[in-house]
Amino acid sequence: MVEDLLHSSAGWLNFGIFFLLAVVLLLVVLGFVTYAILAERKVMGYMQMRHGPNQVGGRWGLLQTVADVLKLLLKEDVIPKLADRPLFIIAPVIAFAPAFMVLATIPFTDKFQFADIGVGLLYYIAVSGITTVGIVTGAWASNNKYALLGGMRAAAQMISYEIPLIMSVVGVVLLSGSLNLNDIVEAQKNGWFIVWQPIGFIVFFIAAVAELNRVPFDLPEAESELIAGFHIEYSGFRWAFFMLAEYVYFFAMAALITVLFLGGWLPLPFLGFIPGAVWFALKFTAVVFILLWFRSTFPRVRADQLMEFGWKVLLPIALANIFLTALIMELVKLF
Amino acid sequence: MIRTEEMLLNVGPQHPSTHGVFRLVVKIDGEIITEAKPVIGYLHRGTEKLAENLQYTQIIPYTDRMDYLSAMTNNYVICHAVETMMGIEIPERAEYLRVMAMELGRVASHLVSWGTFLLDLGATSPFIFAFREREMIINMLNELSGARLTFNYMRVGGVKWDAPEGWVEKVKEFIPYMREQLVGYHQLVTGNEIFMNRVKGVGVYSKEDAINYSLSGPTLRCTGVKWDLRKDEPYSIYDRFDFNVVTREEGDAWARYHVRLEEIEESLKILEQAVEQFPAEGEILAKVPKIIKAPKGEAFVRIESPRGEIGCYIASDGKKEPYRLKFRRPSFYNLQILPKLLKGENMANMIAILGGIDIVLGEVDG
Amino acid sequence: MSGEKDLEQLKKEAAAKAKAAALAKMKEKEQVESKEETAAADLDIAKQKAAAAAKAKAAALAKMKEKEQVESKEETVAADLDIAKQKAAAAAKAKAAVLAKMKEKEQVESKEETAAADLDIAKQKAAAAAKAKAAALAKMKEKEQVESKEETAAADLDIAKQKAAAAAKAKAAAAAKAKAAALAKQSDAAGDDEKAKAIAAAKAKAAAAAKAKAVASAKAGGGAGDDEKAKAIAAAKAKAAAAAAAKAKAAGGKVEAEPAEESKPSPNQPYLDKYVKVIEENLGQDVLEDYYINSLSKDVPTLVAKRESYFKVAEFLKYNEQLGFDYLSEIHGTDFETHMEVYVHLYSYRNRQSVALKVKIDRNEPTIESLQPLWAGADWPECEAYDLLGIRFTGHPNLHRIMLGEEWVGHPLRKDYEPYDVEV
Repeated sequence: MVEDLLHSSAGWLNFGIFFLLAVVLLLVVLGFVTYAILAERKVMGYMQMRHGPNQVGGRWGLLQTVADVLKLLLKEDVIPKLADRPLFIIAPVIAFAPAFMVLATIPFTDKFQFADIGVGLLYYIAVSGITTVGIVTGAWASNNKYALLGGMRAAAQMISYEIPLIMSVVGVVLLSGSLNLNDIVEAQKNGWFIVWQPIGFIVFFIAAVAELNRVPFDLPEAESELIAGFHIEYSGFRWAFFMLAEYVYFFAMAALITVLFLGGWLPLPFLGFIPGAVWFALKFTAVVFILLWFRSTFPRVRADQLMEFGWKVLLPIALANIFLTALIMELVKLF
Repeated sequence: MIRTEEMLLNVGPQHPSTHGVFRLVVKIDGEIITEAKPVIGYLHRGTEKLAENLQYTQIIPYTDRMDYLSAMTNNYVICHAVETMMGIEIPERAEYLRVMAMELGRVASHLVSWGTFLLDLGATSPFIFAFREREMIINMLNELSGARLTFNYMRVGGVKWDAPEGWVEKVKEFIPYMREQLVGYHQLVTGNEIFMNRVKGVGVYSKEDAINYSLSGPTLRCTGVKWDLRKDEPYSIYDRFDFNVVTREEGDAWARYHVRLEEIEESLKILEQAVEQFPAEGEILAKVPKIIKAPKGEAFVRIESPRGEIGCYIASDGKKEPYRLKFRRPSFYNLQILPKLLKGENMANMIAILGGIDIVLGEVDG
Repeated sequence: MSGEKDLEQLKKEAAAKAKAAALAKMKEKEQVESKEETAAADLDIAKQKAAAAAKAKAAALAKMKEKEQVESKEETVAADLDIAKQKAAAAAKAKAAVLAKMKEKEQVESKEETAAADLDIAKQKAAAAAKAKAAALAKMKEKEQVESKEETAAADLDIAKQKAAAAAKAKAAAAAKAKAAALAKQSDAAGDDEKAKAIAAAKAKAAAAAKAKAVASAKAGGGAGDDEKAKAIAAAKAKAAAAAAAKAKAAGGKVEAEPAEESKPSPNQPYLDKYVKVIEENLGQDVLEDYYINSLSKDVPTLVAKRESYFKVAEFLKYNEQLGFDYLSEIHGTDFETHMEVYVHLYSYRNRQSVALKVKIDRNEPTIESLQPLWAGADWPECEAYDLLGIRFTGHPNLHRIMLGEEWVGHPLRKDYEPYDVEV
């Protein structure tokens, strides 16, 4: 459906349709973010033997995040006097926009996808890098030392972990022979890449957590060291944008992992009667849950250890994985 | 040419990891600290000055507010100082109540230390777990003293309140429960690679440095100095209990972490024995004069608080108020080594080192 | 203070009459050597006592020391030796004394069993004998007995010696010596010591009588009856004892400790003794203003240093081999209105001992050397004392108002502090 629209001639109607779809997706994503935050709080709560939100919106606290967002919207918009005003204002937008843009390439099912582009994987990774620019901009514009430290950490971390992230996917690309996410999913009909690419999966998963700035790699906003890191001076809706960007990436990354390694919408054998969307949602939820689980279990790594781990451990492993994959593929071809 | 500049960073007095209103002015080069200057005094309440106009019994509530995580040992040190001067015999039952209260307090204090240390390192769950157990202790001490934090429980010559019915049984039940939880703590945190990397070899100092800088308590024992006033200069009835002085040799944050956790186990041992030996009945307050007057002269006593050696110096001119009262506050002394430890460390280690020293700002500032 | 005076007096007297002493020493040495190693320390003490006896005023101090020794007979041997040395030093002006010192030092260093110490003692005694002939003899006897007996009774013997010294004025010393020698060879009963003590207490107006008794007791070989007799005698002549007590009180500094000791001496007394000896030996006699056992504070040995020598004493306490107070537990100041006082509580992890060091400083100009260069742990507490009491610590690397801030007016823990309020 979307494919047809993409190939039709440009016009106001098409623009309108796309705009509408985008808004719908945004709402879906916002809905996800709302409940991802709630889920995070509930999961963490139960892991820590407490209840989490249980007042606003019934005993499950279903409206808690909604109330929080409302509060953020009503909050005074504070811009520090000595901040770089234009940059300070534009930074959250720079941070959030790419988060939303990457969603376009993710195939949620075989039919539900916005842009089936040939280099979907590269697109995702390239665009997601832009967010770091937003974070560094915001950190610098805040004119705050803690924010600056956080921004610098974010930049260093992004550079360090983007590389193993890409390298670890090369194995998948080799196996599927395509950068197109739909093709990658199709290539997993004979078995998910988590089975064929276990090393690649582990490296990718770790690098993904680091890319998401989540525990145990939440250094840019390490609240016990840098108080809040890059967004220390932000409040109200601008701060919400940073949070939104973070959770949208959370959403996107979980979806990407599902697509790359867990077979996307593909069902388990003999369970094909369950629709693909459900399968996707299940796998996606499992990834999200693991990320939440991490958060309530691990302490934070140290900046220098993070760098060491990225460059000295993950990168070599990822490279070795590429060689190994290529080697095995050649051997398989020979016999 | 790229020119880099040192940056002056104010950590605190409002900072999530300084455990109160502690301020640290650090010069950083990137994230490497080149110089650290602690600034204290934000919580100075002049306890010693106030005490000069208070009767001994009236001072006790003030001591609660020094090391508010372990108020029982603070209560004890002032009572002990006055008792030493006056030569008062404490009734058996009171001694046991004191020891149990102090040891429960020690467990609670080490739990907070453990939880906040890990919170500083970015792990949230241990903090909650530690506070859950601490809550049980606080409830027990609440039943005993009527307060959750500032107990004001001990008096010169004994304790204020007797244990309510069933209290000792509660303590008894708590001991195996706490042991079980400790196993869980170790499973959750101790073996964690990230945690080990964060604390091993961080904030190392030698035995000589520890002694030279007047460190005490776990910060001293982590370097291998086998020194615990409960064992080496026994006060109260600690000579009746069989327990070990926990030491480690490494002298880093990892060693301090272990010393604290193992001290919880030792405290539980003491509690277990105290519960066994607890006299069924008896006086809880010795015969002391209505108005307590320490004899003319001076005394300095020191006991083992969870944070180290807490001492109390009283100079008395025979009146009902002390002429001069001075507390040797372990956190205050322990914190002195911080600038030395921080030199050359990065920001993340700063938090780990500070958390490992385990200070209470109420005590640092007096 | 009194101790110092006594020492000086001792020296003078010893010098005056020292000439004859050399011969006596020689004899004694020979005897000692013939005996075996045991109880060397006791012998030293005996020497000391003899010296004290020479003047008799010092007797009270000697008693103090001896008591301590008796109570903690075990380790204190070393301390006793030190004491002996000091006394010897006091006797120094006596010409023969120089030699004696040399010998003593050597002995001290090789504290083992060798009878060297005994020899020194003998020397000292001889010196003392020059003045108090009878006393010296009594001591000699006692010593010999001690040696022949086991070490346990040694302390008692020492006491006896001192008492004998008190009795010093008894003449006919030569006879006494002879007797003593004989006794030493024969006797082996602890009872003898006690007797000797009693005799000493009595002051033995008739020295001859005392000697006779001693001889008798020695011959009896440890009969309890002898002891009782001696006691009786002592009672009869109790005047001397009273006088000695009075002197001891007068000696000052020890006033506080004295009564407690009479009834139940502090277990920490030997430590105090040791500290004082070592300090005086190495830093001279005039560094300590006072020293005592603080019975209110768990019997902690307390030294009061003089203002000028405070840092020197502190430094010595930290670096001396025998003291080694490596841990500063507490340092703070107090405003006593007449003066300021700095209280330092030190601990030695090596020896597992505490000591309190105090110093009085001028209230109007409260300045004192900083201990920070010695113990890094003194840094902040000194800042605190500076902040709250206004005591300036010279040599402190970063003395600042740590609690209240530099703009605070006044020092709150001073007794004359008035809160400053801009609006008033």
